Amino acid sequence: MAEPNAQDGGVPDAGPGRLAKGISDFFRSPAAAIGFVTLIVICCLALFAPWISPQNPYDLMQLDIMDGRLPPGSESMTGLVYHLGTDSQGRDILSGILYGLRTSLIVGVLSAFAAAIIGTTAGLFAAYMGKRTETVIMRLVDLQLSFPTILMALMMLAILGKGVTNVVIALIIAEWATYARTVRGTALVEREKEYIEAARMLRLPGWRILFKHLLPNCLAPVIVIATMQVARAIGLEATLSFLGLGASVTEPSLGMLISTGYQYLLTGLYWISFFPGIALLVTIVAINLVGDRLRDVLNPRNMS
Amino acid sequence: MVTSIIRRLIQALFVIVAMTIIVFIGVSVIGNPVDILINPDANQAERARVIAHYGLDQPLWKQYLLFLQGLLQGDFGNSFVYGRPALGLIMERLPATLELAITALGIAIVFGLPLGLYAGLYPNRVSSKLIMSGSILGFSLPTFWVGLMLIMVFSVELGWLPTNGRGPTAELLGAQWSFLTGEGLRHLLLPAFNLALFKTSLIMRLTRAGVQEVLPQDYVKFARAKGLRERRVIAVHVLKNLMIPVVTIIGLEFGSLIAFSVVTESIFAWPGMGKLIIDSINLLDRPVIVAYLMMMVLLFVVLNFIIDICYTILDPRIRLDAKA
Repeated sequence: MAEPNAQDGGVPDAGPGRLAKGISDFFRSPAAAIGFVTLIVICCLALFAPWISPQNPYDLMQLDIMDGRLPPGSESMTGLVYHLGTDSQGRDILSGILYGLRTSLIVGVLSAFAAAIIGTTAGLFAAYMGKRTETVIMRLVDLQLSFPTILMALMMLAILGKGVTNVVIALIIAEWATYARTVRGTALVEREKEYIEAARMLRLPGWRILFKHLLPNCLAPVIVIATMQVARAIGLEATLSFLGLGASVTEPSLGMLISTGYQYLLTGLYWISFFPGIALLVTIVAINLVGDRLRDVLNPRNMS
Repeated sequence: MVTSIIRRLIQALFVIVAMTIIVFIGVSVIGNPVDILINPDANQAERARVIAHYGLDQPLWKQYLLFLQGLLQGDFGNSFVYGRPALGLIMERLPATLELAITALGIAIVFGLPLGLYAGLYPNRVSSKLIMSGSILGFSLPTFWVGLMLIMVFSVELGWLPTNGRGPTAELLGAQWSFLTGEGLRHLLLPAFNLALFKTSLIMRLTRAGVQEVLPQDYVKFARAKGLRERRVIAVHVLKNLMIPVVTIIGLEFGSLIAFSVVTESIFAWPGMGKLIIDSINLLDRPVIVAYLMMMVLLFVVLNFIIDICYTILDPRIRLDAKA
């Protein structure tokens, strides 16, 4: 790629300038901009759910079983309007979605973040240490990656038992290997570069070279994978909850809401499953759009 | 060639051994094997008998050897729920899952390959862009939710297709198959499409990326310069070189289809292995869980092995590498 910044005489931009360029690059794609804005809105909705949702869906005292399975737009005895209808427990679907989004986002971000830390550290160590350490770590990675995520997650849940916490653990265990492989690949290239050699000449301690020199230069792919992984984790959590292995019935996540609506679907009560699914879909698409664009912008081949 | 096959075989065995250790540690050390192996309703004498039978009073390494021995004999114990050998239960359900996965794979290839090829050959057409946007949607749509929507539209609203089960089956090669009867085929349609959706997008994107990588190559330009007909260039020069990544993915994805059929089978009440494992996890039917996990490990190792061999046959460069 040609260096577009001609005024500096071809000298690459300093940090802040490059960041600004990256940001303006990112928003040049309308799809990514829409995805980003949607994502911000979703995060705000999830964050402020207790204040904006008409009802606390986890508080059984607020639920009225008499209001069960009302279609969208119905009104309760107390004058509360169920814009998206209610589920079999008389839970307002809109409130359920807002609270469910919280669970989904927390599970997604937490598991992707933890897996990123574990995987990145493992990948860096493998690349930097080489020899035995590298062989052991990479064998483990290969072993893990030869099985699909859902199988690893099922395996973990079969061993650990059901529950949201265990879903997070299962997702971390199922996803760390992707980071490790990518980071090792990047780090192997970076390791050979002059600045690492210079740092070694200065006799800087190993951990310092690893985390202060090597790590920052391997972060771009990690950010991209982590973004995509949040979307995947949200989808997987919903899937596992749908299968009855994740969230509990009293504190439903989006997957659980969809699952409770499943049995009513056949009788034509579509809204219990339909709207939470739309919320899930919008969230995942928004994250994927952002991730897709990040990959283009952060791709070293496109960077000056 | 032979040495590389032997090396692969050793690696495959290594993976299997590693996974048996993981599963063993999972069920015997993290979980409580007494709870796992003994039906909670069992009486004291029954408990003592099972503990002795599975050697739970033995040291851990001996237990592992016993576990391996059971594995080699295909003995995973009896299912608590069905009271029958766990492995037998799974083998009974295997044809249903295989049928579903193979049909889904077929659908994914039939739709994914031509659409990806088209989008790769004419990247600037509006239709290509639509195809690619569709594939992003296919990636993002949660499979289980799509399944529900398919049921809602095609079964509840339109009433065209049945919602659950395999329908009537017919026997072939000692197993029951749905696709042999018309009614069974109708039952197969929705679940297979549901399962195929994600893979169709994947194959589409992969094919497109492959086409765009191959098209600028010199041999394609040369073939065109030679005046070969476009059809021949695409069929011979482009498609043949696409096959390596596509075959790998198709092979790998077949395994993942079987794993993912867990979701589809649960939605459409398809009586395959996936539904069995979810029911077993929910009912804590551990012998079936262990048997299923080990079956899947074996399946994936065998699949990876076959893919590796196909690789070597398809790509002479890898063959030569192995020799060097």
